[in-house]
Amino acid sequence: MSARKSVLLWLPRAAALLLFAWFIFGPLSNLLIWSVAERWFFPNRLPSQWGFRWWEYVFRPQGQAMQSLWLSIWIAVLTTVVCLVLSIPAGLALARGRLPWRTLLLLLFLLPQAFPNLPIYISIAQIFYTLNLNGTVLGVVLVHASHGLVYSVWITTAAFAAVDPELENAARNIGATPTRTFLNISLPLAAPGIMASAIFVFLESLDEFTGSYFVGAPEVRTLPLLLYTAAAGGSIQVASISALILLVPSIAFMFVVERFLKADVLAKVGR
Amino acid sequence: MSPSRLLSILLILPALVVLLALFVYPLGFSVVSAFTDRSGAATLENFHTAFTTYRSDLIFTPAIVGLSSLLIAVLAIAIGGYLTLGENRAAVRILGAVYRWPLFIPFIVAAQCMRTFLGRNGMMNNSLMALGVLDPAQAQSFLDWRGIVITFVWKQAPFVTLMVAGAMASLDRSTIDAARNLGASRLRTLLEIVVPQVRDTLYVGLILSFVVMMSVLSVPAMIASDSPTMITRDMAWRIEQLGDYHTANALGFVSYLMTGLVAWFYLRATMRERAGR
Repeated sequence: MSARKSVLLWLPRAAALLLFAWFIFGPLSNLLIWSVAERWFFPNRLPSQWGFRWWEYVFRPQGQAMQSLWLSIWIAVLTTVVCLVLSIPAGLALARGRLPWRTLLLLLFLLPQAFPNLPIYISIAQIFYTLNLNGTVLGVVLVHASHGLVYSVWITTAAFAAVDPELENAARNIGATPTRTFLNISLPLAAPGIMASAIFVFLESLDEFTGSYFVGAPEVRTLPLLLYTAAAGGSIQVASISALILLVPSIAFMFVVERFLKADVLAKVGR
Repeated sequence: MSPSRLLSILLILPALVVLLALFVYPLGFSVVSAFTDRSGAATLENFHTAFTTYRSDLIFTPAIVGLSSLLIAVLAIAIGGYLTLGENRAAVRILGAVYRWPLFIPFIVAAQCMRTFLGRNGMMNNSLMALGVLDPAQAQSFLDWRGIVITFVWKQAPFVTLMVAGAMASLDRSTIDAARNLGASRLRTLLEIVVPQVRDTLYVGLILSFVVMMSVLSVPAMIASDSPTMITRDMAWRIEQLGDYHTANALGFVSYLMTGLVAWFYLRATMRERAGR
């Protein structure tokens, strides 16, 4: 192939890739620039004054953002614990147990993903109001858990289904009790899948906006709620920095997700 | 190890109770609320209010989500197709590393990114002006229903692409190689050999993201808070400003119908296909 022909082949391909990369990374870089822009007025293409003043403002010890960040992490941890406590037994029963209407039950746990959830959250907020759960951490955790159960039940079921039953039978044959077989064989082998579902639930809770907005606000101010208030109040820098904080775990998860969710577990999802 | 029937039921019971209390009961609650007035009497007045006040948003909502789904499908097929059929390994690797970045980025963060990117003075207009493609006097803000579509495509295309590219990668390569050896172009191979085999995965991915887009509040609220926008924004407004849960739930019921209709079309298409085989 002549050099000219290879350039002709490369040029449109490189241009298309560049355009696509600009579409993906443009919005992210715009966010990044706003977080370090101290002055940026129309029609300047770039900020006229750069600096970390707003970072200091957001991260000052008595600042609301730090409180919101810790509150969001605390709620996400509680949500993950609630979901795992509910879905490890449920996953075991769905994967290994003798359940009547097993397929129907599995589909039932998919329902929250099949309906637009905003009207559901509105009704939960109305019900929680009569129970005095509105504006409490417990209320927000319950709303997040109702959504997180979809991921945790389905992935945990797949993780237990991917464990080779022969290994469990072998343990039982040499005299292990069912509890011991579960703790020493099934649970460790299913652990990467369970870990993946835990990360899913944790991230979903950390990022959740709509449910927290109706059930938690204004008393329970998670980081996404703070971001929304800052953006609505015209504080672009505070909103951008809050968004960047929320961005870090999401990007990190993108890089490691395939390490946790192996193909053998993925193949068992929904089976 | 297989737990007995009673033990299995006991194991699944707590999760089931939570699902019934926090999903099924509120679902019924919202449907009942849509068809009753404040005194609890049955009425269709809520739907009348919804249809007269939010007529344009009721049209724009399926239009925005439908157009987004269409663009997502085109992008997913194009990216997945290049990842499967691309012959330049460097380009395939670069594309594979770039496309998935928005995958787990929360909607509210995507909305904040786009608020800065799509504004009149945002990076999109600035780069177009720097390239000389756009005349500064004609620069306009995309922070309206078009901005919602762009944000949805940016955020959801990686998810559908990941599913579609996964399905394409696990296809039997021999059909692809046979088509290529017989002289079919890569585009024709993609559209006539590859896409028909991954169509089910594509549909499932699109339906999942259709429901997700119908549920998002932060994107319409932050990008296009004025009409025409999406009914999620109207539901929130109805409750915040007027405390009117009944009209909000009527709009919610319409959004159930919209997703239900899409799911029904999908089920009918797959049933017909199964029956035809």
